[in-house]
Amino acid sequence: MLVLDTRSEQAFVEFDRVQKSYDGETLVVKDLNLAIGKGEFLTMLGPSGSGKTTCLMMLAGFETATHGEIRLDGKEINNIPPHKRGIGMVFQNYALFPHMTVAENLAFPLEVRNIGKSERETKIKRALDMVQMGDFGGRRPAQLSGGQQQRIALARALVFEPELVLMDEPLGALDKQLRETLQFEITRLAHDLGITVVYVTHDQTEALTMSDRVAVFDDGRIQQLAAPDELYERPENSFVAQFIGENNTLEGTVTKLSGDRCIVKLDQTGEHIDALPVNVKKEGDRTLVSIRPERVEFDPQLGPDAHTLDAEVLEFIYMGDVFRTRLRVAGRDDFIVKTRNRADQKRLSPGDRIKIGWLPQDCRALDT
Amino acid sequence: MELPPYASLGEKIWHYTYLVLCGLIFFFLIAPILTIIPLSFNAENFFTFTPGMLALDPDAYSLKHYRDFFTNSQWQDAMWNSIKIAPVATLISVGLGTLAAVGLSQSHVPFRRAIMAILISPMIVPLIISAAGMYFFYSRLGMQGTYWGVVLAHAALGIPFVIITVTATLVGFDRSLTRASANLGAGPVRTFFKVQMPLILPGVISGGLFAFITSFDEVVVVLFVGSAGQKTLPWQMFIGLREQISPTILAVATILVTISILLLTGVELLRRRSEKMRGMSPG
Repeated sequence: MLVLDTRSEQAFVEFDRVQKSYDGETLVVKDLNLAIGKGEFLTMLGPSGSGKTTCLMMLAGFETATHGEIRLDGKEINNIPPHKRGIGMVFQNYALFPHMTVAENLAFPLEVRNIGKSERETKIKRALDMVQMGDFGGRRPAQLSGGQQQRIALARALVFEPELVLMDEPLGALDKQLRETLQFEITRLAHDLGITVVYVTHDQTEALTMSDRVAVFDDGRIQQLAAPDELYERPENSFVAQFIGENNTLEGTVTKLSGDRCIVKLDQTGEHIDALPVNVKKEGDRTLVSIRPERVEFDPQLGPDAHTLDAEVLEFIYMGDVFRTRLRVAGRDDFIVKTRNRADQKRLSPGDRIKIGWLPQDCRALDT
Repeated sequence: MELPPYASLGEKIWHYTYLVLCGLIFFFLIAPILTIIPLSFNAENFFTFTPGMLALDPDAYSLKHYRDFFTNSQWQDAMWNSIKIAPVATLISVGLGTLAAVGLSQSHVPFRRAIMAILISPMIVPLIISAAGMYFFYSRLGMQGTYWGVVLAHAALGIPFVIITVTATLVGFDRSLTRASANLGAGPVRTFFKVQMPLILPGVISGGLFAFITSFDEVVVVLFVGSAGQKTLPWQMFIGLREQISPTILAVATILVTISILLLTGVELLRRRSEKMRGMSPG
């Protein structure tokens, strides 16, 4: 990946052992280390209160780091006030100036930078065209819909050509369809302009579809920093596994551990399953195994030494493109299996008893 | 207010009682002010309606009290004193009051509530006490009986109004706008004048208006702090009432009421216009 190559040379944005506390006692951000490459689209994903927004605010300069260093293009910016950082930002509630027209909003950062009138107009026109709002220069923000306001906010953050743009849940207030359109447009623009984007969201779909890399935040720490596919397919701990996508979990104890294979004895029924050891160290460790609903197979043909589990169908939901089946497995009745709506796909009914199984590498033995 | 068709007899009775009560309260508030207006056109030097006035005889009415106001040097001096004092006091109130309100709206300021309480105390403490206090304070400073003494005293009385109206507008002010402004490269001063000030302007203007009217109407403090050189219109009216019993004060009162109404209407129109300009979005 191109992004990873540039990052190894020199990080464009760097958090170096950054801590943040609002009250001097509890740390909202605990020891954050993060290097973001030039041109990278990095998303900070996490539940509310996980510290992701605080990190963004420290980067923008609206909050100060209690400890550690924040560097931009190699220079420490801890002591630079927000208005001298030259970082673009799109706010959650757009934060357009209501007393100015769209064009005046866009002119604001250019006037501050003493850019002449004709050049200003060219830049404003180009920025508005970029977000397909070329005809709206004379309108006031209150005359625009939510989606249009967000486009203007985006244009305003880009008009002064910053190299780094921060986005704080910019699509949170929009409806699903508009959100998807704008997700696509934002990634396209970021790519075309070659800008570095740090994007904050609590919507995992958004994070997965838009980003080069995602930093999953919880409890003031980055739980995992990885590309979307890796994050989804190879979560490093049970928080990430459960936060990203849908996930089935079963509790048990590791009874046999050899290389990239382990056997887990399930608590409820004593049944054995095969799993990939991710962060279990030795036999006897407690573990939470995680299996994605789309990686489970019915009546599996997996080879002689593979383990299978007995399951009872509790519910069968027809969702159009997929079927969603809820099963009782190993004493739990919230086990979900997703199957594609293929012509030959079996449609189960409640009460059916079946065998389920999976490839050992799809079942990850994580921490409890 | 239309009554719904399903209203019961009790609700109908209450509905009309309510309208009558509203009318009575309105009358109670406005009648004393309305009576002085016809009386100020009295042709006689009385404070009562003459039989001729009640008969709507044109000869019973005249503009002589207005003429007196505009020609009598005592009234003219008083008017000019008021005109010299009120706007300057208003400017000081608006400047200091707005800064105080903006500062106190920031959550990191310690003892905000206590400071706020002290700043608006001139509105709560009985005027006579403020006046006596200011008298002794300004005497020590050598400002008693000076123009600036009266201006500063009036400014102190006006500041609470500005603080209250500006604080009220700041409640609806979106903090992310100042952040956005800083993010776009504007320093604190530019952010204040280009982003915050235009948006809280309605509050600043109505606060300023209250401060102006306070100074223009004030009689107690100016009696203590001022000297003959700062005799304002209300002071002259007070003298007129006590010593001369001249209906000219009715003419002056009518003029002051008219000015107040015009100012309030003007500001309200301005406010509506600016709100329309900014659409639905909160200030």
